[in-house]
Amino acid sequence: MAEPFLIGEAMTGGYGGADILHSCTIAVEKGEIAVIVGPNGAGKSTAMKAVFGMLRIREGKVRLNGEDITALSPQARVGKGMGFVPQTNNIFPSMSVEENLEMGAFIRTDDISETREQIFDLFPILRDKRRQAAGELSGGQRQQVAVGRALMTKPKVLMLDEPTAGVSPIVMDELFDRIIEIARTGISILMVEQNARQALNIADKGYVLVQGENRYTDTGQALLADPEVRKSFLGG
Amino acid sequence: MSLTARDLGLFAGMFAVLAMVAMFQSPQLAITILNMSLISAIMALGVNMQWGYAGLFNVGIMGFTAVGGLAVVLVAQPPVPEAWAAGGLGILLGLMLGVATILAAILVYKRLAPSKLRGLAIFAVLVVGWFVTSQVFGPAKQAVQAVNPAAEGFLGGAGLPVILAWPVGAVFAAGVAWLVGKVSLGLRADYLAIATLGISEIVIAVLKHERWLARGVNNVTGIERPVARPVDLQPLPWVQSLADTLGWSVSQTASVVSGLGYAALFTLVLALLIWLAERALNSPWGRMMRAIRDNEVSARAMGKDVTRRHLMIFILGSAVCGLAGAMMVSMDGQLTPGSYEPLRFTFLIWVMVIVGGSGNNWGAVLGAFVIWFLWVQVEPAGRWLMDTLTAGMNPDSLIRQRMIDSAAYMRLMTMGVALLLILRFAPRGLIPER
Amino acid sequence: MEPLNALVSVSNFMLIPALAYGSQLALGALGITLIFSILRFAHFAHGDTMALGTAAVIGGTLFLQARGASIDPLPTALLAIPFGILIMAAYMLVTDRLVYRYYRRVKAKPMIFVMASLGVMFVTNGVTRLFMGTGETRFEDGQRFIFTVREFREFTGLAEGLALRSSQAITIIVALIAMGVLFWFLNRTRAGKSMRAYSDNEDLALLSGINPERVVTITWVITAILLVLAGTLYGLDKGFRPFNYFQLLLPMFAAAILGGLGSPLGAIVGAYVVAFAELGITFAWRRVLSYLAPEGMEPSSMMQLLPVDYKFAVTFAILVIVLLFRPTGIFKGKVI
Repeated sequence: MAEPFLIGEAMTGGYGGADILHSCTIAVEKGEIAVIVGPNGAGKSTAMKAVFGMLRIREGKVRLNGEDITALSPQARVGKGMGFVPQTNNIFPSMSVEENLEMGAFIRTDDISETREQIFDLFPILRDKRRQAAGELSGGQRQQVAVGRALMTKPKVLMLDEPTAGVSPIVMDELFDRIIEIARTGISILMVEQNARQALNIADKGYVLVQGENRYTDTGQALLADPEVRKSFLGG
Repeated sequence: MSLTARDLGLFAGMFAVLAMVAMFQSPQLAITILNMSLISAIMALGVNMQWGYAGLFNVGIMGFTAVGGLAVVLVAQPPVPEAWAAGGLGILLGLMLGVATILAAILVYKRLAPSKLRGLAIFAVLVVGWFVTSQVFGPAKQAVQAVNPAAEGFLGGAGLPVILAWPVGAVFAAGVAWLVGKVSLGLRADYLAIATLGISEIVIAVLKHERWLARGVNNVTGIERPVARPVDLQPLPWVQSLADTLGWSVSQTASVVSGLGYAALFTLVLALLIWLAERALNSPWGRMMRAIRDNEVSARAMGKDVTRRHLMIFILGSAVCGLAGAMMVSMDGQLTPGSYEPLRFTFLIWVMVIVGGSGNNWGAVLGAFVIWFLWVQVEPAGRWLMDTLTAGMNPDSLIRQRMIDSAAYMRLMTMGVALLLILRFAPRGLIPER
Repeated sequence: MEPLNALVSVSNFMLIPALAYGSQLALGALGITLIFSILRFAHFAHGDTMALGTAAVIGGTLFLQARGASIDPLPTALLAIPFGILIMAAYMLVTDRLVYRYYRRVKAKPMIFVMASLGVMFVTNGVTRLFMGTGETRFEDGQRFIFTVREFREFTGLAEGLALRSSQAITIIVALIAMGVLFWFLNRTRAGKSMRAYSDNEDLALLSGINPERVVTITWVITAILLVLAGTLYGLDKGFRPFNYFQLLLPMFAAAILGGLGSPLGAIVGAYVVAFAELGITFAWRRVLSYLAPEGMEPSSMMQLLPVDYKFAVTFAILVIVLLFRPTGIFKGKVI
């Protein structure tokens, strides 16, 4: 099998002394959606942060498009084409929606108006609220701003840390639809999700992590169909 | 928590330096430095309680020491009967009316539901209260201040023994601290700093301008002292024979003896405070305070009322500063509101605490000694340095004059640099917290 | 009843001075609020740094005057401001490198920063006094008045006079321009927006590729500009005395907190509120009221709520009220 577009391979590491990840591997193919699920404290977000460089790993490698980026800082990884949407505090609350997008594109020196239009097409509500302070928007709209901000650098991979945390089921479905749309434009998606069932439904690839290790890895549909996975992680 | 050999060595070194001052400069100077160091050490102890135990940043030490100083006047000065006759009742009534006005405003605030009406009602209460108060207070104040203004012009004190003023000074400072703490604790940490900065400016403004209280900028002098004055000691036979034995002049001996008397008193107070502070620090209460300081969030989560604890320690520390302020005024025998400067009375104490080692009582004491010594000695040293540096110049040269004058400001810079260096390279201070 | 005279009188003794003082405070408070929102600590060295900046401007002024340079009728000091800004920008950047940057790197608690700013205050204070001494220095030259009381009386025929000092007019105009430029910078330029972004959400700003050290540098430079302007205008208006600048710390902090720490607009509004409250409460209203009161009802007392010596008490009262009832300030600063 050819090398995946982005891969965090056999990552081991954690905060301070104790390791949280134990030889954990996460990968995503071009234009596909990979979802990390698992019980609380399984190291889902940690795995994602390790891939993004917010956590130093002791062992293992992270490669993007074949290039070893293990030593790069998160900022440098943004430059290489990775976008990251943190779970919380993922917008600039006192700045307008438009300015949030502009700040997302801070490292770009070319004209950003085209990208901005694409994001407004993807999230039409943001176009209506472009002059409004992002902090005044509803939870779902704020998540759209957060995703839009990360897309402004025209990333090749978009990483989302629990994008649907705290939003209503209707908003969640809507967000997942948008994420599928983004993936169709050729952007790889790697996300951590608490709502495992819905997330696996749209996933090309699913990773079930338990205590920092890969427990099951398969296509989303296959995991959903697997009775073991259903029993242990999807509530029957 | 006991002292290590190294700490003892530091203290011994400090005393050796003081002994050298006594030998090579003059014994009086050494005693003066010693006494102010002891007082500063008590102030530093108070600040260390707030900062070292609880992480509270008090930038109003000057205000608390000044309030303590006021207590000395109010306790020890004899009352001025003419002034009391002229306007004493009016002033008391005026003060009561002022308090009543504020209480009424609070009552209105508590009783009425939030509305425009409530705001108006409070405003009306304040305005009416202010007018009534000033009608009573103003004339009384004028009358009091007109009584023999050259020497008195104030109500005087209670005429009680001066030693009593020390605990009273602590209580005064505690009262002010309660007000400030109530308002600003529980908010962002910087707010306490700003509020204390404000209250200390106000305390000084009140001391300077309310002449009926403590004669304002006219100063109160000749306050009764807890220790015999040198002048009174000079005629005593044992002092004279001691002077013969030492080969000093009688006046020098008398002032050294008097100074040592203060030193003994101050040391007693300091020792008592350290004993109490050390016991408190090592009690469950002290451990809890430090736990709160190190992790406020988890302490809160464990159900500790952090704001209440902070208020308590803030009041305690300020009371200690007030006590030191009272001691200082009773040593000087005068209250001079004009001499209270934030650099000297607030920020210098901070340098002492940081240099000594925040969180450690012994550190605060050592810091006070070291920094006060430097504060006294840097200026003459700087003057000497400038004098030597410019020795080759024409004595009338402007540059030379300027450079020699500048020595006065060197100590500010020395203190600043010392603070910055310690903060950066030895943030735990001379005697670190254990 | 002579409302016109009352208006003139209150303008002359209260409104115009308060407007000028408020403008000076606003520039200072803006600096405090900017440092707070970017570096996240209360900058206690602000007053003394302002004094040093003014000292630099005075030095420049003396140099220019000696060379015979003049922009009469405007004060020469205006010409020396760029020099002062240059000096202070360098001073603040050096201070940052030597002092604050280390604490940023080790992610020290805000209180440690405040403490360090105390040390900086000491040193700055010493430097200023080294050059200027502790006495008062006046450095206002050029035309003293736009119009004097007498000119005003002759022109209007009113009993009350109104004077507009050049320093007051210059203060208000310069402050308005400076505020305008600052808001343009913060809202319209990339660098300004990156400052706001950093203030809003430090981590996300980092993720977006905003360089924090650059933001900090810009902040210090802007603060230097603001405080040199504030200090110079204050000095032109009231004379230069280092200790007065230290004492400005309280009203500046009060203004910034009242407006909402971290909110530039709030700092400006807060500054004018503080200035008008300080002057209004310590102003003797007798003359004004005697024009407004009906015949025979003129007030006999000074009608002064508090003696001028207690202007700090007014500031402090404002601070206390804000802390008690709305710690986030008028414009909801981001921290309580």
